[in-house]
Amino acid sequence: MSLFLETLIGGVLAGTLYALVAIGFVLIYKASGVFNYAQGSILLFGALAFVSLKDAGVPVAGALAITVGLLIVTAIAIERLLLRPLTNRSPLTLFMATLGLSYVAEGVAQGFMGSQVRALDLGIEDLPMFLGDIMISQFDLIAAGVAALLVIALSLLFNRTRIGIQLRGVANDTLAALSLGIDINRIWQIVWAVAGLVGLVSGLLWGARQGVQFSLSLVVLKALPVLIIGGFTSIAGAIVGGVVVGAGESLAETYIGPFLGGGITPWFAYALALVFLFIRPAGLLGERQIERV
Amino acid sequence: MSDTILELTDVSLAFKGIKAINGLSFAVRRGEICALIGPNGAGKSSLLNILNGVYRAESGTVVFEGEHFHRMEPMKAARRGIGRSFQNNALFSGMSVLDNVIVGLSRHAKATLVEEALRLPRASTQEAAFRERAREVLHLFDLDLHAGTVVGTLPYGVQKKVELARAIVAKPTLLLLDEPLAGMNAREKEEIAAIIGRLNRDLKLTIVLIEHDIGIVLRLADHVVVLDYGRKLADGPPETIRSNPDVIAAYIGSDRAERAA
Amino acid sequence: MDHVGLRSDVPPSSIVVAPRAFGVAAVTALVLTVPFLTTEYWVNAIIVPFLILSLAGLGLNLLTGYAGQLSLGSGAFMMVGAYATFALQLRVPALPLPFAFILAGLVAGVVGLFFGLPSRRIKGFYLIVSTLAAQFFFEWLFLKFPWFYNGNSSATIALARGLSVFGLNAENPPGRYWLTLGTVAILTLLSWNLIRSQTGRNWMAVRDMDAAAAVIGVPTRSAKLQAFFVSSFILGIAGALWAFAYLGSASVQSFGLSRSYQILFIIIIGGLGTICGAFLGAAFVSLLPLALDWSFQHLFAGQVDEGLRQNIQKAIFGVLIIGFLIKEPEGLARLLALPNLRRSSRRTLFPSVRR
Repeated sequence: MSLFLETLIGGVLAGTLYALVAIGFVLIYKASGVFNYAQGSILLFGALAFVSLKDAGVPVAGALAITVGLLIVTAIAIERLLLRPLTNRSPLTLFMATLGLSYVAEGVAQGFMGSQVRALDLGIEDLPMFLGDIMISQFDLIAAGVAALLVIALSLLFNRTRIGIQLRGVANDTLAALSLGIDINRIWQIVWAVAGLVGLVSGLLWGARQGVQFSLSLVVLKALPVLIIGGFTSIAGAIVGGVVVGAGESLAETYIGPFLGGGITPWFAYALALVFLFIRPAGLLGERQIERV
Repeated sequence: MSDTILELTDVSLAFKGIKAINGLSFAVRRGEICALIGPNGAGKSSLLNILNGVYRAESGTVVFEGEHFHRMEPMKAARRGIGRSFQNNALFSGMSVLDNVIVGLSRHAKATLVEEALRLPRASTQEAAFRERAREVLHLFDLDLHAGTVVGTLPYGVQKKVELARAIVAKPTLLLLDEPLAGMNAREKEEIAAIIGRLNRDLKLTIVLIEHDIGIVLRLADHVVVLDYGRKLADGPPETIRSNPDVIAAYIGSDRAERAA
Repeated sequence: MDHVGLRSDVPPSSIVVAPRAFGVAAVTALVLTVPFLTTEYWVNAIIVPFLILSLAGLGLNLLTGYAGQLSLGSGAFMMVGAYATFALQLRVPALPLPFAFILAGLVAGVVGLFFGLPSRRIKGFYLIVSTLAAQFFFEWLFLKFPWFYNGNSSATIALARGLSVFGLNAENPPGRYWLTLGTVAILTLLSWNLIRSQTGRNWMAVRDMDAAAAVIGVPTRSAKLQAFFVSSFILGIAGALWAFAYLGSASVQSFGLSRSYQILFIIIIGGLGTICGAFLGAAFVSLLPLALDWSFQHLFAGQVDEGLRQNIQKAIFGVLIIGFLIKEPEGLARLLALPNLRRSSRRTLFPSVRR
């Protein structure tokens, strides 16, 4: 029983990191209807920029400020050079464009800052903690706490500020929002910047754990099943999806893995997502859509 | 062959709890032009979508050609001979006019994938027959010159004609037209209306159409069904509709439209 | 018919046919003698992989460019083809290589069909979940179970008896070239036939407007599955060629996710929904690294680190992908088309969704 609980709790905590990454996707999807395949690369870009600055001797606060500035500039550039020219094109075209974007982001990030693994010390020690006889990673616990704080901050942003209300308007009905004079391009810039910052936070947490390196950008591949399961349109869904995937992976590896020779984590989340697609195509907390002819 | 080709009894449909169609019943006789009229949101397009299986009615029965169906699927509807044009042109924008029309013949396709890949006799014969039939129909609509043009580049009025051509190329027994005259100028409207009349007369096609131009509707249709908020307001030949007080009340200004036409 | 009028003042056909037949014969002779006209390096390292990538691009273009179903699993289907060929050559030694290719293609086709099943219910980019699942599943499967690579200590696959087509040795550069060329030519011809028949039109109808296609009578679900099958069949054979006619020995890494991206980029750059786009895109993808190398050597005196070059190349690809999607969805195929071959105006692939 304690093995089960330990596996479950470890999985749930790891899942909060997935959720953190997935939230970046949900923000962008809600505001601009794009599944941003480049979110992982932007996350890598942010984390790499921060580490490089820090290693170059820039104080942490300064490095953070510069990285945030870079991410904001990136968001504006993406809106100008990619989203605006592709307005009203199919989701498929936009998706492929973000795939191109991910190549640009990775190429630029690694071209300027190198491809080697960079250690990142956030000052959080990864010591095991014991609750009774159940072992929990302290780092995971702190990461989950950060994720929770971020979610609270985002919901304040969206529910209490003018920009947040405009954003929800755009997400609900783009045409109506446009007719009310909302500057949709500015909303896109803001949302992509916020998503970049969420990406930075998750990039730093992941980077502290496994080093800042190319494989960070692959978290996009984890976020996709999370979103399918949770639903593309809801932040709560991203969290639930992240937890389901994290816990599912962890339990499957422990209990099903041995029968299949182990190492099933890379595809298990996808198998789970496929099951959800058949049972509940809109995801657990997503909105159903009516097809019009 | 019975005299009634299509009969709806007590059909209802709702989206997210809002009734789009509420207890609707009417019948269409073989060979007639039946017009559905009513303000926007009256449930007209939804009704057509039920008839060819895009939506599923919550309750009620639909009988087509003496056959009851509870769950019609779009493809099944097409295979049973229900043709359809759409409110906003739904042409395949990346394909040529000729290819668009040939797609309408899909339900008659017999050649298999392998036969087509290897260009075996059955595939070649089918291809030739399809092309000939499609050209015939294009000629009917005076579209011969546009056969090779990519359809997305044509003016709206021409696209409407291509859509009609595509809808009838497979020789349907029932043709559903969703606002075939929308967005056209007066001359184009007359042209399309004349074509619809000809299809009905010469090809003995039964046609159910949705149209807002009351003037043309009352001239063209043999039978008019008036919908309002998902309910039937009136049902009968154009002459009785013209004088129906409920319809006049729902259509203030309709007499003006009639005079204009 | 406007071109009828143009044709009337063209000279009688017999005079035209002679130079035309001559031209075709000359081009054919040229194409067949390529191995003797260029260096071994070019044949082995540029031309053969170019042809195979073209074939793979063609396979994906049928699915994505024509039928509108996005896939990030091309690498997986290529992998299945390669491993199936290996298994057939190993365990059914009597089977001639061409038949092994065809059977392996069928195996890949069936696998593709299976992973295409969700297309019956889900649309658009959601479908990449299914194709990515294939990608990760097969990377795991072919590495996890030694049966698939016959317990080889390096977990790679290679044909024990080399490339041999009905007793003819195809292990030398001209042999590899002709085997590849022949396969690519045949499959391109078959694809061309399909595109110009009802199957191809059904695919395009599904791509352009799925819901309307069904109402018109197109069997949309089976059309999508057919596209998955045919596409994976071609990709499977391309994978077998990649493993044994180009690499010689292959592993799971030869068909990783970056291979899937590469094939997708080939068709975006070359031209979605065109046959020649796959070839143009593959040529571009094959030549860009050479061009970059050349320019670094001549413009920057050669001092460029390999990692940096790859990152620059990556960024260039990304910019090109975005640029083509914005400016020219039909890619190089349209940019390079002769003016008289260009269609009257631009098509919009994957038209925008209406609200």
